[in-house]
Amino acid sequence: MFDDFLVRAVLAGLGVALAAAPLGCFVVWRRMAYFGDATAHAAILGVALSLLLSTSMLAGVLAVSLLMAVVVSQLSGRGYAMDTLLGVMAHSALAFGLVAVSFVSGVRIDLMAYLFGDILAVGKSDLMIIAAGAILVVSLVGWRWSALLTATLDEDLARASGIDPRREQLVLTLSLAVVVAVALKVVGVLLIAALLIIPAAAARPLCRTPEAMALAAASIGACSTTGGLQAAYWLDTPTGPTIVSLAALIFVVTSVVGRLCYSRSRAVGPE
Amino acid sequence: MPLLSIDNLSVALGGHSVLEGIDLSVDRGEIVTLVGPNGSGKSTLLRAIIGAVRPSRGRVTREAGLVIGYVPQRLAIDPTLPLTVFRFLNLPRRHSRQALAQALVQAGVPELGQQQVADLSGGQFQRILLARALLEKPDLLLLDEATRGLDHRGTADFYRQIAKVRSELECAVMMVSHELHVVMRASDRVVCLNGHVCCQGTPERVLASPVYRQLFGPDTSDALAFYRHSHPQPSSSQCPAPEDAGAEAPPTTPAKAANDRLMEASR
Repeated sequence: MFDDFLVRAVLAGLGVALAAAPLGCFVVWRRMAYFGDATAHAAILGVALSLLLSTSMLAGVLAVSLLMAVVVSQLSGRGYAMDTLLGVMAHSALAFGLVAVSFVSGVRIDLMAYLFGDILAVGKSDLMIIAAGAILVVSLVGWRWSALLTATLDEDLARASGIDPRREQLVLTLSLAVVVAVALKVVGVLLIAALLIIPAAAARPLCRTPEAMALAAASIGACSTTGGLQAAYWLDTPTGPTIVSLAALIFVVTSVVGRLCYSRSRAVGPE
Repeated sequence: MPLLSIDNLSVALGGHSVLEGIDLSVDRGEIVTLVGPNGSGKSTLLRAIIGAVRPSRGRVTREAGLVIGYVPQRLAIDPTLPLTVFRFLNLPRRHSRQALAQALVQAGVPELGQQQVADLSGGQFQRILLARALLEKPDLLLLDEATRGLDHRGTADFYRQIAKVRSELECAVMMVSHELHVVMRASDRVVCLNGHVCCQGTPERVLASPVYRQLFGPDTSDALAFYRHSHPQPSSSQCPAPEDAGAEAPPTTPAKAANDRLMEASR
């Protein structure tokens, strides 16, 4: 059944959506949205480097994303204006990557495939990598869940309970780099952060606990990827952007529904 | 062997020396209060104890396996994080349903379990923070201005609960507070901090010390009066009875005369 490219595409989309959901929740809770962007944009530099050095694409992307994530998390909390710094880092990484790609001669590469992804071209080996990455990230985040959550609430509170917030930050950083590396093929560099943030943000109004939000984000992510693939097939549109557009529509719906429910519960009074 | 001993601790934040040469130890069952003006390093000392700031010199030695309950000065929960009170109390370790319910009753907010933490008032959240710290059955409870945002009744309940917890868990309590009169009454030892330990000892001793008076200025006498007032003391320090005041007939100062006139006019 893995011979059908549509089946492979659906499975790849589901894998990425599941891995991105719990991580995306932390990205939202910790206000790291731009951090995700910077890590993802650095991936194009990884692509260029691995083409230049003719190493494995996965290794190149993983290495550069990880480096970017570590640099950014080291610079955070040192009194820099974080949004400016990340804006500089994210877009210069992208620009340097694009410039570096142009130096690669002899190989005709489809730049669009890296910028916007090409989920329909996912091969069996890609699928293996996505599966392995998703399992790794989900189990890592699942294992550290309570500690990550406590460190997200307050670093001092975590320390008093014997949790090292820097270690938890490193877990997130690592997971983020892995998700970027495996999602590259599915939605591309420009839209990876969207796949992290939009399902989590769409899940927020529907949930009362962090666990529920992670599960809801996973479901919304899964719906967006499978539905987006369908829609792209019918409408003959690019798949990555269609997936993200669908997620964005779901976000609009849950926001409106959440607001209505909230104001109704306010009118009735808290139970 | 004390629960916690601090030897020659110095901390610098952003190049500024905040704490200098602190020597302090805390024993089991003791309530220690840190007092000092703003910026005197009280919160920094607590943060050094939990390991959130790295000392530039000296060290903090905790008893092996010491469980710390920490109530921070402020905690902002991002509204994007959905969190019920029950879930918050279960972080980082889960507790039985019964223990959670009991903790909320003790904190005086039994009905809040299903509420979202972000919707709580400041005072309610403060109680929840204490409840969470107590669930861990701490050996050492660190309270950083924990009664901020509590009403009068809430503050009284809070200190009563601290005293009860201390005798039940036999834990030590170390707290920072600006409510000098209440805090002093509740503590065994007062440490007056201003970058270094200015003086320490029983509340009476610290209140009487010239260093303390110098730091806190004319308000000191108020704290003292309030403090004494609330204890049954020998008659000499109690409020004079009305007939005594009449018999002694203090000399009438111009200010007092003016005051009397004002009283007269208001009648």
